[in-house]
Amino acid sequence: MLKEKDKIFKNLYGFEDWKLEGAKKRGIWSNTKELIKMGSEKIVEEIKNSQLRGRGGAGFPAGLKWSFMPKDSGKDHYLVVNADESEPGTCKDREIMRNDPHLLLEGCLVAAFAMHAHTCYIYIRGEYYSESSNLQKAIDEAYTNNLIGKNACGTGWDFDIYLHRGAGAYICGEETALLESLEGKKGQPRLKPPFPAGAGLYGCPTTVTNVETVAVSPTILRRGSKWFADLGSANNTGTKIFSISGHVNNPCNVEEEMGIPLKELIEKHAGGVIGGWENLLAVIPGGASVPLLPKSICDTVKMDFDSLKEVQSGLGTAAVIVMNKSTDIVEAIARLSHFYKHESCGQCTPCREGTGWMYRMMEKMVHGNVEHQDIDKILDVTKQIEGHTICALGDAAAWPIQGLFRHFRPEIEKRIQERNRRAA
Amino acid sequence: MHHPGTNNKVYKKINDNFEWSSENFKKISEIIKKYPSNRIQSAVIPLLDLAQRQNNGWLSKNSMEKVAETLSMSYIRVLEVATFYSMFNLEPIGKNFVQICRTTPCWLRGSDKLFKVAQEVCETNIGETSDDEIFTVVEVECLGACCNAPMVQINDDYYEDLDEESFKKILQDLKDNKSIKVGSQIGRKSSQPERKFDA
Repeated sequence: MLKEKDKIFKNLYGFEDWKLEGAKKRGIWSNTKELIKMGSEKIVEEIKNSQLRGRGGAGFPAGLKWSFMPKDSGKDHYLVVNADESEPGTCKDREIMRNDPHLLLEGCLVAAFAMHAHTCYIYIRGEYYSESSNLQKAIDEAYTNNLIGKNACGTGWDFDIYLHRGAGAYICGEETALLESLEGKKGQPRLKPPFPAGAGLYGCPTTVTNVETVAVSPTILRRGSKWFADLGSANNTGTKIFSISGHVNNPCNVEEEMGIPLKELIEKHAGGVIGGWENLLAVIPGGASVPLLPKSICDTVKMDFDSLKEVQSGLGTAAVIVMNKSTDIVEAIARLSHFYKHESCGQCTPCREGTGWMYRMMEKMVHGNVEHQDIDKILDVTKQIEGHTICALGDAAAWPIQGLFRHFRPEIEKRIQERNRRAA
Repeated sequence: MHHPGTNNKVYKKINDNFEWSSENFKKISEIIKKYPSNRIQSAVIPLLDLAQRQNNGWLSKNSMEKVAETLSMSYIRVLEVATFYSMFNLEPIGKNFVQICRTTPCWLRGSDKLFKVAQEVCETNIGETSDDEIFTVVEVECLGACCNAPMVQINDDYYEDLDEESFKKILQDLKDNKSIKVGSQIGRKSSQPERKFDA
């Protein structure tokens, strides 16, 4: 279990003051100038050594991503913070932004300096109204105290942070769709290459990165990459905020060490499954986009990128959705299919048409209103959507359904048989 | 299910003049400064949001034309954005815009019951506006407060950790013009584990 002194997010629940004064008491902005003086190469090196992996879902090594930014492109460089938190189950960035916004802002300065960017946009989802007002107040405080702006923190580096509110589109959490949206267009993902590090916002080198990834970086530099790398296991290092929701006694966000066993996470922090561990049916371990896990796997699985990949799921955003035996598992997944149908941007045919078709099929499956061969048909369709779209929303729509049939196929077959019996 | 934000038609209303209020006019110049001077189109979402707030929570054709004029964009580019994003309502809504989350994490915690409560108290169907125009009730996808499920957004604020009773009270109080408590309805701070509260 993570020790109190190793926690990065000391004000996750907002018991303390979120404003500048409180933030300074927690050590934020204390020696930012010294961190900047390390120089951009050293900062990137430290982040690389810490083996920090992106916290937004894909788990791409953060240091490596930062190092993709060109050194002297002759263009403006941009840091864009992805605060468009919309993955069902996920509500971690929200707590950072409303309860510890200065942690994020300090991270922005450090990260932007490392990638030679003078400007940072924070793209926050439009529904987070009170969160954006807290964050804006924190930005204003930072400007007034010369922590950002001209000669930020006395480092000689000019740095501006702007808050940009979205308007309710899940797809804008995809990095290139986010850039399109920030440019004032529909949020439809771009083809890659060119990657944002070459041509991103306004055609300039850009790095898009998740709130949590940015927010942990100053602490890593302060305490050293070794401290961070010693937490968790190799390649899955550090701490992570887990959002535990669904059928648990105490749903909560909690910061824990990477690789904590799922069972321990749920029992220690979330008060256990409603009705006890034996009453567990399945868990979606990383937000709506990853395949679910049945109880037999949940008994032993560890919560990190590689362990979850081994059991054909993923850590994603570490949003743990717990379902006990009272759940209609088919409807739970059908609802996710409805979500993807609603959020598909409509650009690629397999996703636009496929998400709607899959949702209608899943709705029928809830009542067993299909034929046995339809199960293979829907699996075939998911395979045809997966990997055949510009962005990963197609994959994300396909995976929950594949996960359902991988582990709960007999359940749907039973429903079909029942319906046939009733009809006969 | 009908939602004024996912509608692709422009609502026809006669005698609708839209001019920026002087307060919003000042805000616009602040917003535009955030973006490079040759990229002010970036401000289209913030400006549509401003126009919607000034226009009682929805965007008329004239208000979108005004946004286009302000940013030197063609109207169709503005309309395209307004139809794409679900937070822009293209038809009038009631005084309280009640958005109930239907996605799996909220559903697991009983959001179905909230729909029934809303229909009863607001006296309207889901996706519609009540006759007295006090409520518009819609279902929405995940609003990102899953550890406080089930939850509802009313206008700008989140109401969390709801059950039938507390939700009924919120709606009734809104109806009676009383003030209501924002956030968790069971006295929880953010998304802390509830039990620690007793300690």
